[in-house]
Parts: sequence; structure tokens; C-alpha cells
Amino acid sequence: MADTRTLRYGLGGLGLLVGLYGAWLLLSRQDLDQLVSAGIWLVGGVVAHDGLIALLSLAVVALGARLLPAVARPATAVGLVVLGSLTILAIPMLGSFGAKDDNATLLDRNYWLGWSVIALSVVVGVVVASVLRARATDPTDPTDQGTRD
Amino acid sequence: MKAIPKTTLPIPPIPSEADFPSRLRSPAVAARVGLWLGISFGICFLTGLISHYAQNGNQPIPFPTAPFWGYRVTQGLHVISGTAAIPLLLVKLWSVYPKLFERIPFGDLRAMTVAGLERVSIAVLVAGGVFMLVTGLLNTAQWYPWSFSFRPVHYAVAWITIGALVVHIAVKLPVIRDALTSDVDDTTHDRPTAVEPGVLTRRGLLRTTWVATGIAVLATAGSTVPFLRSLSVLAVRTGDGPQGVPINRSAQAAQVTREEGGDAWTLDVVNGDGVATSWSRSELEQLTQHTETLPIACVEGWSASAEWTGVRLRDLLDAAGVPRGTDVRMVSLQKRYAFGVTELQGNFADADKTLVALRLNGEELSLDHGFPARLIAPNRPGVLQTKWLTSVEVI
Repeated sequence: MADTRTLRYGLGGLGLLVGLYGAWLLLSRQDLDQLVSAGIWLVGGVVAHDGLIALLSLAVVALGARLLPAVARPATAVGLVVLGSLTILAIPMLGSFGAKDDNATLLDRNYWLGWSVIALSVVVGVVVASVLRARATDPTDPTDQGTRD
Repeated sequence: MKAIPKTTLPIPPIPSEADFPSRLRSPAVAARVGLWLGISFGICFLTGLISHYAQNGNQPIPFPTAPFWGYRVTQGLHVISGTAAIPLLLVKLWSVYPKLFERIPFGDLRAMTVAGLERVSIAVLVAGGVFMLVTGLLNTAQWYPWSFSFRPVHYAVAWITIGALVVHIAVKLPVIRDALTSDVDDTTHDRPTAVEPGVLTRRGLLRTTWVATGIAVLATAGSTVPFLRSLSVLAVRTGDGPQGVPINRSAQAAQVTREEGGDAWTLDVVNGDGVATSWSRSELEQLTQHTETLPIACVEGWSASAEWTGVRLRDLLDAAGVPRGTDVRMVSLQKRYAFGVTELQGNFADADKTLVALRLNGEELSLDHGFPARLIAPNRPGVLQTKWLTSVEVI
């Protein structure tokens, strides 16, 4: 146990030094306006996640629990994790915010089409999986909601 | 006067940990997702350090010129593992979200200090982690809705984030070790109120996370992995462009015109004595031509291989009397944006594969690809492959 203790204090100290080096790099290489902007984005990320994405996911789960039959919930949860994370990831491409008139080689796909194909595949997958689960469920047994997975 | 009756406005209650009863939000899930998240952050950090060093003018240990595809792989890996980390981070944060509402042990000063320090380290880790993934993602799509400069801040926050990650691992080590060596359904470290079965099993949630991560990678990695191009519907580049290669910065953006590369243009090589030797484009075409297959590998993660034809830079340096091993400065005609003047270390200047390219994939270099002449060197970040070359100067 003493070894673990040493390892943990060692790691903790190392992490602290590495982090302080980063803080020094950050503070010493940007002017005040740039630092304020970086600070807004640092804090903004936490606020956007904890206050928006997390609450939104809670709301979606609450809605799903109210609206969806039990057999459809597992597949829907899988679909939401896959499509939700992919959609967040796709925001810069879907909005083409970085596109430039003089450069046709940047953001040169039809991203809405691509996203729609993925979204449709996910929806079809969720429906098929839910139907299959419903068929595998014994309708005369009120406790049987299908095998969990 | 009559007293105004007091009305009480309903204040939404602040949730407590007990409001999140799902067994899925557990250390068993957090540790498993966290392991892969830690690995992807680690890959991002190491490949990021390589990229940062490769772009440094001052290199105590020269960046190697071989393998010629090295930077393409490390920077491709950087962006791929950062992309993979997005679903991983979302599930990881979901699994530990109730901890945000953990009660602070008021009264017990020592416990309060420990809890407070842990909270601070977690806040730094989450802020840094989200920041790195968001700014990195936006950078791949050349979207800069902020006023700080991307490279130094992304680099500095990387150190902060990795530091906070190491502290986090140190704090959680016993729990991580227990969780990873026990069955995924083990409840030893669960919050006492997390007792309700989730809509998925823990294994189901983990499999879902791996699938989401895999799809995120497949949907984007075609920017740098050629055989995924048709599959990567969200990739920022198809990998195609004029003469078969995408463009990062156009001539228009860099304010370079075709006239500047016309008959009056010469490539000047200035040696250590300040004496310039000049070649017109037709004179360069009459020198021994070499063809090399080399990638343009951008810091933004996309890459494309191409066949470049031109004069070996070393041949020009020899003609100008520049000894081997000399660092040189590549000067571009570009008037806007950084990297108009870049340093080329002696080992790169001497490498056989380093060309002053005049042709691309069998055609005369187009203006957007750097006409009249550009540098193309092995294992070098795309931003340093100077286009619209006008002079090469001994430093």
C-alpha cells in the first residue's frame, strides 16, 4: 500500500507541475483580450455541457420514458448515443461556418445528405431492433419486457 | 398601510446525487470509458507535441526527414483520436454527472479541503478536455469564432489538461484499479442511491459507446485515410482538388497573382556571403528534374499524396555555394497569413526528396498549388511546404 501511496503522490505532483507549465504557457503568450477569449471558451465549454447538453439529455430520457413502449427504449437509447454524439461532432460541417469562397476544396461534401443517411440508418436500426424485441416478448406475461441488453 | 402579503416563488430545487438513481452512472462504466478516453487524450498529446516541435523554427534535435509519411501518420492520428474522444467524453461525463451535485462536507475542514481540491482539479480537467476537443474540431473545419490564436492556446491548454488528467488518475487510482479488475456489474464502488437498472445494461452502454466512437471515426477519417474517403460523409475534405490535391490557402487569400510568377520572376538563392544566384523558371526546368511521391499533410489533419516534379533543393544550394548542413529560410510571395517565411533545417535542405517543385501530378503547378515554384519536403507539416517561392536564404 505504501508503494501505491508513493505512486499516487508522485503522479499527483507530476500532474500539478505539468498543469502549471501549461498555465504559464497560456498566460505568458497571449495578450489580455486573447486570454479573456480563451477563458470564455474554457468556462463556456463546461457551462454548455453541464447546463445544456446534460439537461437536454435528461429531458430526452424523461420524454422517452413517458412516450415510448418499454420494448423500444433500449434500441432508442443506443440510437440516441450514436446519433447525438455524431450530430454534435458534425456541427462545424453541417453549418459550413469555415467555408471560403476562394477554396472549393474545403468542406466540399454535401454534409446534410451524409448526416441524413446516417440518421435514417440509425432510425431504421432502432425501429427494426424494437420490432424484433417486441416479437420476442411474450404479450401474455406482463412482467416480460424483453431481454435486456 | 396594509402589509403586502408575501408570495413565495417556486425555486427549482437543486438536484442531489440521489436524483440520479441509474446503475449505469457508475465507476464501473466511468473507469472503462475513461480508460479509452485517457488513451485517446494521450495519443492526442504525444502527436500534438510532435506536430508542435515539427513547426518550431528552433530545433535542438533536428526533426527527422524520414519516414517521409511520418507527419501524415502522426497528425492524422492526432485528429482521429481527438474525434474518437468526442463520444467517449460525452458518455464519460454522463456517467459521472451526479458527482456534480455531491454534497460538500461542510464543517469538516480537512474533508472540505480535499473535496474542494478534487472539485477544482475536475473542473480544470473538464474545462480543458472540452476546450481541446471543441477548438480542435473547429480548427479542422477552419472555423475560428474566437479572438485568441489557435496554435499557442491549443498547445498550452493541452499541457493543462494532461496535467489535470494525471492528477485525476492519481486521485482515483484505487477506484480505477478496482473497477477495471472487477466485473462490470460489480457494485462495490457504486453510489449508495444508484440502484435502479438502466434502460441498457452496463455492457450494452459500453458497446454502444464503442459503436458511437467507431462511427465517429469512420465518418471523418477519410480526410486522411484514402480508402475511407467514400465512407467518410462528414470528412472536412474529400481529398480531391485541382490537379488531384486539396488546397489549404488559395492564392487569392494569400494575395498572390499569376503576374508575380511571370517572366520577371526568379528564384534567388542567397548564400552565407550574401551573394545571390538566380534562376528563371525556364532555367529551373532545364536543370535535372526529379519526381517524388510525397504527401501534403496538414496540421488540420487532412492529407493527400501526390507526385511532385522539380529540382532538388540541394542541387540549387550546391550551385550557390551553400555547404551541406546549412539551415535556410524559405521566402514566399504571399502577403497575408503566417508562414510566409519559414525555416528549413539543414537535414531537410540536404534530403534527396526535398524539391523545389515545378509540376504536380504531371501538370504545371497551378497558382493555388504554389506556381511558379514551391517547396515540397518529406515528413514536414503542410503549412511549412512554402508555396509561391521567391527566395532561399542562408540563416
